[in-house]
Parts: sequence; C-alpha cells; structure tokens
Amino acid sequence: MSRFALKLALWEGRNSVRRVGIYMFAISLGVAALVSVHSFREDVSRSIRQESRSLLGADVVLRSNRPLPDSVTSLVDSLVAAGHEASAAITVPTMARAPAGDAVRLVQLRGVEGGWPLYGAVRTEPVGRWGAHLEPGKALVDPAALVQLGVGRGDTLVLGGLEVEIVGSVEDLPTDVGFQTAIGPRVYVSMEDLEAAGVLGFGSLARYTRFLRIPAEADRRRLEDRYESVFEATGVGFRTSEEQAENLTEAVSALGSFLGLIGLGALLLGGIGVGSAIHVFVKERIAEVAVLRCIGARQGGVFLAYLLQAGGLGLLGSVLGAAVGVAAQQSLPTLLGSAVPVDVTPRLSPLAILGGVGVGVWVSVVFALLPLLEVRDVPPLRALRQDFDAAGPDAGRRRLDLPRALALGLLAASVLALSILEAGSWVAGAVFAGGLGALTAILWAIGTGAVFLARRTFPHRAPYVFRQGFSNLFRPQNQTVAVVLSLGFGAFIIGTVLQVQANLARNLAFDTSAGRPNLLLFDIQRDQREGVLELLPEGGADGAFELTPLIPSRLVAVNGVGRAALDSLPEGDGPERWALRREYRNTYRADLTDTEELVKGAWWEQAAPVADGVARISVDADLAEDLAVGVGDRLTWDVGGVAVESEIASLRRIDWSQFRTNFFVVFEPGALEGAPATFVVLTRIDGAEDRARFQRDLVAGFPNVSVLDVTRVQETLEDILGKVARAIRFLAGFAAFAGALVLAGAVASSRHQRQREGALLKTLGARRRQILAVLLTEYAALGTLAAATGLVLSTLAAAGLVRFVFDFSFDPAPGVLLAVWGGITLLTLVTGAVGSRDLLRRPPLPILRGE
Amino acid sequence: MILAEGLGKTYRSGGKPLPVLQDVDLKVAPRDILAILGPSGSGKTTLLGLLAGLDEPTTGRVELGGTDLQGLTEDDRAGFRARNVGFVFQTFHLLPTLTALENVRVPLELLGTESGSEIRERSADLLDRVGLGDRLHHYPAQLSGGEQQRVALARAFSNRPRILFADEPTGNLDQETGGKVVDLMEALHDEADTTLVMVTHDLGLAERAHRVVRLSSGRVVSDTGAP
Repeated sequence: MSRFALKLALWEGRNSVRRVGIYMFAISLGVAALVSVHSFREDVSRSIRQESRSLLGADVVLRSNRPLPDSVTSLVDSLVAAGHEASAAITVPTMARAPAGDAVRLVQLRGVEGGWPLYGAVRTEPVGRWGAHLEPGKALVDPAALVQLGVGRGDTLVLGGLEVEIVGSVEDLPTDVGFQTAIGPRVYVSMEDLEAAGVLGFGSLARYTRFLRIPAEADRRRLEDRYESVFEATGVGFRTSEEQAENLTEAVSALGSFLGLIGLGALLLGGIGVGSAIHVFVKERIAEVAVLRCIGARQGGVFLAYLLQAGGLGLLGSVLGAAVGVAAQQSLPTLLGSAVPVDVTPRLSPLAILGGVGVGVWVSVVFALLPLLEVRDVPPLRALRQDFDAAGPDAGRRRLDLPRALALGLLAASVLALSILEAGSWVAGAVFAGGLGALTAILWAIGTGAVFLARRTFPHRAPYVFRQGFSNLFRPQNQTVAVVLSLGFGAFIIGTVLQVQANLARNLAFDTSAGRPNLLLFDIQRDQREGVLELLPEGGADGAFELTPLIPSRLVAVNGVGRAALDSLPEGDGPERWALRREYRNTYRADLTDTEELVKGAWWEQAAPVADGVARISVDADLAEDLAVGVGDRLTWDVGGVAVESEIASLRRIDWSQFRTNFFVVFEPGALEGAPATFVVLTRIDGAEDRARFQRDLVAGFPNVSVLDVTRVQETLEDILGKVARAIRFLAGFAAFAGALVLAGAVASSRHQRQREGALLKTLGARRRQILAVLLTEYAALGTLAAATGLVLSTLAAAGLVRFVFDFSFDPAPGVLLAVWGGITLLTLVTGAVGSRDLLRRPPLPILRGE
Repeated sequence: MILAEGLGKTYRSGGKPLPVLQDVDLKVAPRDILAILGPSGSGKTTLLGLLAGLDEPTTGRVELGGTDLQGLTEDDRAGFRARNVGFVFQTFHLLPTLTALENVRVPLELLGTESGSEIRERSADLLDRVGLGDRLHHYPAQLSGGEQQRVALARAFSNRPRILFADEPTGNLDQETGGKVVDLMEALHDEADTTLVMVTHDLGLAERAHRVVRLSSGRVVSDTGAP
C-alpha cells in the first residue's frame, strides 16, 4: 500500500505543483525569513564570541564615575607586578574648538595611558597611526569630529586649556558599540594631556576606566570572587569579556527573537495557505478518490498519497525558501549596520538552513492534515452517483472524530512549540501563540459572519452585477473565509509593525518645537553662574533660565539600614541593586516642573514638618518602588563626604521623554545649598549658525563648560532606530508578501468554478465588462473587510505592545492605517482581476464542454 | 460466483425512509454476462454498488466468489476489490492527472504483487490490446471519449479480475464507438474468463448478455435465463 501511495504521490505531484505551487511559494517566504534571521543571529553571535575580548578591549575592565579609590588602584598595581598588562583611560565630555574654522562642538575627550585596547586592531587613517595620540600635543579623532568641526589632519584643536594637533582619524575601533558617539565624537589624547586640559574639575562627568589583561578565566573568576565586596563598596564596576559578550548576545538575541517571530508569522500564514489549498484540492478530487476507492484503494493509502504530496510540495517550497533566505542573510548586516555591535561576515549556517527546511515541511504537513482527513469521508459510491453525498446517509458527516481532534491538537501543539522555540521563552512563546490563535479565531469568525451577513442582508434591489458579485461571497465553495484569514493576517502584521514603529519614534523624539529648549549647558561651576547667564540670549526657553544645581551623592542607608547590609540580602528581597549602587545627581528646588506630576504625599508647603537636621525630599515613583520605600521613609546620603539624612515627603511621576532636567531625587530648597555642586541650564537657540556662534563664545569664556546639542543626539538615535526599523520592515515584508501569495492562491484555486460560471454568463449574454464588474464587486468587498478587520486588530495589538512592553503612550496612526487599508484593497482587486483574466479572455464553448 | 440474498437498501430522505431496492435474490454463475435493465430510479446503480461492496445493504447479504462481504470492513472490501474486481464507468472516470499508462497501472500498484517492470509491461500490453499502443503517454484530456473508455477497459482488466462491473459502459459514447467498446469488452471477457455484470439502457448491449434482469421501483420484475 505504501508503494502505491508513493507512486500515486509522484504521478500526481507533477500536476499538483502547477495547481497549488503558489502556496508552495508562501511557505518559501516564511522559510526564507526564518533562515535569514537564524543565520544572521548565528553570524552575530559567532562574531561576538570571537571578538569578545576586542569588544571590551581587555579581559577585565574596572569602571567608576570618580577616580578609582586607593584600595582598587593598589589591587591593579599588584596585578601589574604579578605580570598582568594594564592600561587606563579617562573619558570626559568637553567642548572642542577648532581655531581654523572657528567651530565648536561637544566631544568626548579620552585620555589614554598604556596599550589600550589590549586586544583587537585599531584601523586609522592614515594607516598605522594608532599610538600617535600618546605623544604629547597629538590627538586622534573620530571621523565625525573632522566633519562636525570642519578640520583636517594637521589642524589644531583646543580642548579646555589644551592645544593638540590632529594627526589622524580612527576609522574602526573594535570596542565601538552602536550609539556610543551619540553624545559626541571622541578625541584621543595621552593621559598627561587630558590632565593638562583641566577638564576634570569638580562635578565633571568623567568616567575612569582600567583595562586588564588576565587571559585565564580561572584568574578572572578568582579576582571577582575575592574583591567583589571591595568593588561594590566603592562603586567600581567590574566586567569581564564573557559578561560583555553575554550582554551583547542577549541584546542581539532579543532583536533576533522579535525578527524570528515575524518570520514565523509569515511561515504560519503560508501554512494557512497550504491548509486552504489542500481543502480545495481535496474537494476537486472527490470523484478521483471515489474511483480509487472503487477499484480497491484503501482509505489510508489515498490519504497517505495526498499527505506525501503535501510534504513533497512543502519540501520543494522550503528548499527554495532556504535559498532565498541565504540571499537575504547577506543583506541584513547592511540593513542593520551600526545597530549591530560587531562586523558580521555572513556564513552558510547548516543548522539554520536544515532547521528552516524542517520547519517548513512540518508546517506544510501539519496544516495539510486536517483538510486531508476529508478524503476519508469520500464514499466509493460517489463514482457511480455524483449526488451520493447529498442524498445518502453520509451527508454532513464532517464531525469532530478522534483523528480530526488529533490533527487539530497536533496543529495547536506545533504552533505553540515553534513559537516557544522562536521566542526563546515559554511565556513570550505562549503569549505569541495564544495571540495568533486568537487572531485566527477572530478572523475566522469575521469571515464566517460575513458569509452569514451577506446572505441575510442581500441587496435585492442593487444592480445585477453587484448582486452577482455579492452573492459570490456566500456561494458554495466560496473563498471568503480563506481570503479574510490570509489578507487579515497580512494587514495585521503590517499594521502592527508600522504603528509600533510610529509610536516608538514619537515617544523617543524629544519635543523640539518652538519654545522648547534644545541646548543643555553643563559643568557650570558655582562662580561661573553669573557669567554664563549673561551670555545666554534674551528670552530663551519658556522665557526664563533657571540654573539647576547638580549635587553628586551616594545612597548610604535606607531607614537606618546600611547599604552593605541591604546589598547582601538575597536577590529579590529589599531594594534593587542598581538603585542602591548608582551614583545620584540630586538637586534642590522650590517648585514642581511641568514634566512632573505629584502622585503621593505633598509638596514642600503642604508637607508635614520633619525633625531638625532632616531634609525633606521628593522621589521618582518608579525609583521608590525599586528602593522599596514610600512617603515617610528615610534615606541617608553621602554628599561630598558628609552624611545627609532625608525623609520622603512625596513621590513624583516624571515624563522622561521631554528634554528637561529631570531628577530622581529633589531636595527641598535650603537643604543642600552649601553642598559642592555644579550647575546646568537649558536654553533654546534657533538656527544652526546662531547655535554655533553661541557655543564659540561660551567656550572662549568658560572652557570647562560643555554644551549638549539635542538635535545631534536626536539624529544619532533616529539613525539607529531607523536601521532597526528597516530590518523589521524587511521581515514584515516577507509576511505581507506571503499574505499576497495566499490571496493569489485562493483566487487561483477557485478559477475553475469561476470559469464555468463566467462561461455560462457569457453564453447567456453577459459582456466582459459586466463579468469584470461582478469580480471586482466580490474582491472589493473581501479586501475591504479583511483589511479593516486586520487593521482594527493590529491597532489593539500595537497599543498593547507600546503600552505594556515598551511602556510608552500610544496613539493610533490613522495615516498608516488608511494607507495599508487602501493598499490591501487595491492588491486584492488587482490579484482578483489578474487571476481571472482567463475567464474574461477565453470563449465560453470549450469551458462548457469541459476542455 | 455472485450470490445476493434478500438484498435491500433504504435511504432516509427528509426524515422518512425511502426504499430504493427491495428483496433482490440473485445468483450469477462464473463467466456469465449479466445485464441489469430498468428505467431511471429503478435501483440499477444501487444494486450494482451493493454487489460490488461499494455500500452496505440495509437488508440481506452479498457473497462474491465465496466471500461474504458483510463480514468485511470497508477497507477490507476495498482490498477484496483490488484483488478480484474490475470497474468500468459511464463517464470513464480516468484520473485526469495521470497518463493513460499510469491510469492502467493503478490497480496493479494497489495490489503491489508484481514488480515495476512487470506492471509496466502488462499495462502497455493491455493498452496495445485495446488499440492504444501509441497513446501510452497521453493524458485523458488528450483522448476522445471512445479512447478514454478503452483506457478504462484496459484498467478494469489489468488486475485480472474475476468479476467486472460496468455502469452504462456505452452511455456516453455514440453507437459505433460504443459497439467497438462492447466488442472489446466481450473479447477481454472471453480471454480472461471474467464474470461480467453491467447496468445499461442500451437494448443492443443487453441482447449480447447471457442473461437480463429487469428492475422496476427497486424490485426484480423479470429475469431471463436464470439458472
């Protein structure tokens, strides 16, 4: 019997490729998306693994926002004495002035000592100049600095009190990750020069780093185990190359999982296509199946023959898809560009290819099972009596029996398993699969409801062509449910991706409309306040400038319990580690700003008085949650070596998306006025020219004061976000294309029936124009219904994602919705018209004679 | 060879029983040619279907070559047909996606008792025998009605059936072509010692039968040449 099944499958397969080949391409697209994403993810992980040391520039890095304490520097000295190579760097944002072009820009000045980076090669222009920056008075710069400052090699840069000559640019530094240059391009000098620049004054945003070469992993572990408590107590960050690689891999995996799920969506859409193709296929073969049963074929044999065909078609489609996927894999690095932390060399990944093909075949078979079970119900007597099914006792036998229940269960389990595998987490996978299930159920219900409604609300008075087209929605073997499913699915994916993207972009964009500040001046010292204010233009942001004090502080106790004790609690108990250990920059002021909202407690005037020597503070509500504190709790701070006791008087909700000076912790006025502080001020200067002139004047008078130009930060962020969005759209395009193919297949599979219908209409005197109008009526109704349903659901899904996953506010994007709706309806009309061109062209006689 | 006792079939239509065949007793000897005649709706096709085990009777039983069909499952009946029965249909019922040669091979592939080359040789011989030796690789759509029915004949005889059931074998053919097909069917019947049961409207065809059974309203009204 199995030999028969195989033979029949092979013989019939030739024909099936022609009949349902279009669905095969839908599977191809899904497989292509999966293979490209998985291959790319493997490429990136491999690169990160291989380059983990050069990504960090060392085996171990120690970091702090203040000079490393003696305990740590003596540890480093002892490691050096033991033969471990070390180097150091200090990075500080500061203003660079180019006397040649008279331009001024915020840069990240990096003073380097020793052979940093300890791993990885740095590419410079001219070639081989890395190291030149260690000579006194010389500097290497990021290429962006050359462009932004309008300077070239040999030109001079002024950084604070330092003058250096640019000797080259750094084209490729292995430790570069994404948006590190968002604040400003980097300028590399020797440590001595950095110190001579005088930009490390009190309150500067300098980061102090030590790099160590400790090749043996066991040595690194021992170091971490032994000194962990020292690092924690002194606020020194400790990171190994493994941790760095792991962090980067996690970030890339998260993006990979997201892209993979979109790919899986495309594949499952192809699966739905296969399911509906097999359904039509089986219906068309009922007579053949009956004949085969008459001449002695068993149910199982016929079923197996068709199942083999479905699997074979799935295999062909999947292999083709894998080839497309490998091609797409080459383009992903270009699309994502600097959003990926490493240089990626695409390499054939057998695992991704075999996995993709396997999943493609599996999806084809699993989606084909349910409709294929219909062949069991074909009675052999059908070969003698065409009407047997309707008249006989077997009519309406399509019940949910054990095999159907098993097939349904297998389908659901497969979708769930694939989702979990792709998402890389049980919860995310289950949510994704559940969402897909709900989406399919809703689309199916809408499709079925539309069939019902079209029948109930039939427009009896409408013109003939309209009535005929409308009745096609509910005629026997109509395509309504299949089209609503495939198109609705496609509309859903596109609508969701585009709306999420639009909302992310809106939320991440700083409000730079008129009246809003666009420049941030920082590192202003106490005695420079008057002078800086005089330089600011009249009016400015919201008509007034307020110098905001910035007081570096560390948390030392919560409700009298010391930080070390809290830190040693098991993870999950007590305050979050990050909130305990971070370096705070607190402020004091009298009023709430317009980006803050009081959510608990009362502002100063209304707040309850506290004991002498205790200051009242207002804390960000999210931070309070992480610190596990509320109104009335006490926090003790180390402010410049002095312990300051505070009590929480209120909690605030802060809108961080505004370009304002926002603070986790605000003290009441007077409490910290004597403490060491620097000041920041926000202002607005329109026009790039005016901004540049202002920065020049400021730097000339106050070389230590820095200016952050928000438009530049915005550009960098948008660039990165744009690249990620492009990759997502690329993958969503696969899903949309798969939806279009399933639609085209649905049109093609009902062609025979339409041809007979069209031939009859022509015989009865219908003109082509009328037949076309009948078709367009049907497809316009289908396209509109499917697109509208998919888009409404996509708005719900996008709102959920934006609100709960990204924690942003959501606005529907009506422009996007309208464009997708129009596009999909148009696509349906065009596909319908093109797929039916035969019907319009061919004379009716051959069709009626069944030729 | 064929034994039917008290055979009856009742369908339900609109909730009411609708008897289409009642109390048919029939005994057909080996190598006989039996024609079943009767007006439309008299139960001819139902009788043929029950005799071939395509459906289960409401009453009575059928025995083919000593095997009681009632004792078999649907799949076992299919297996029995694969070994012992051939079929010719009014509308030919060739598989449109298979060539002439492949169509003839299907019953032998179902049996799976012969090697691929043997099956191929026998199928090609049979097609040659029905005069289609030069049309082996044509699809049904590329053949005329008479040619299609000849392919169907070759298919029906390919598994060397002991019984051949034919449902209006000439119903869709003109007189001349139909005559040729019947000649061929008779010749193959003689060669293979097959018992032949056919349903027909064609009196000319019925005249060539050894025995004619007439049905009316689901009952046998005459039986010429009963043993």
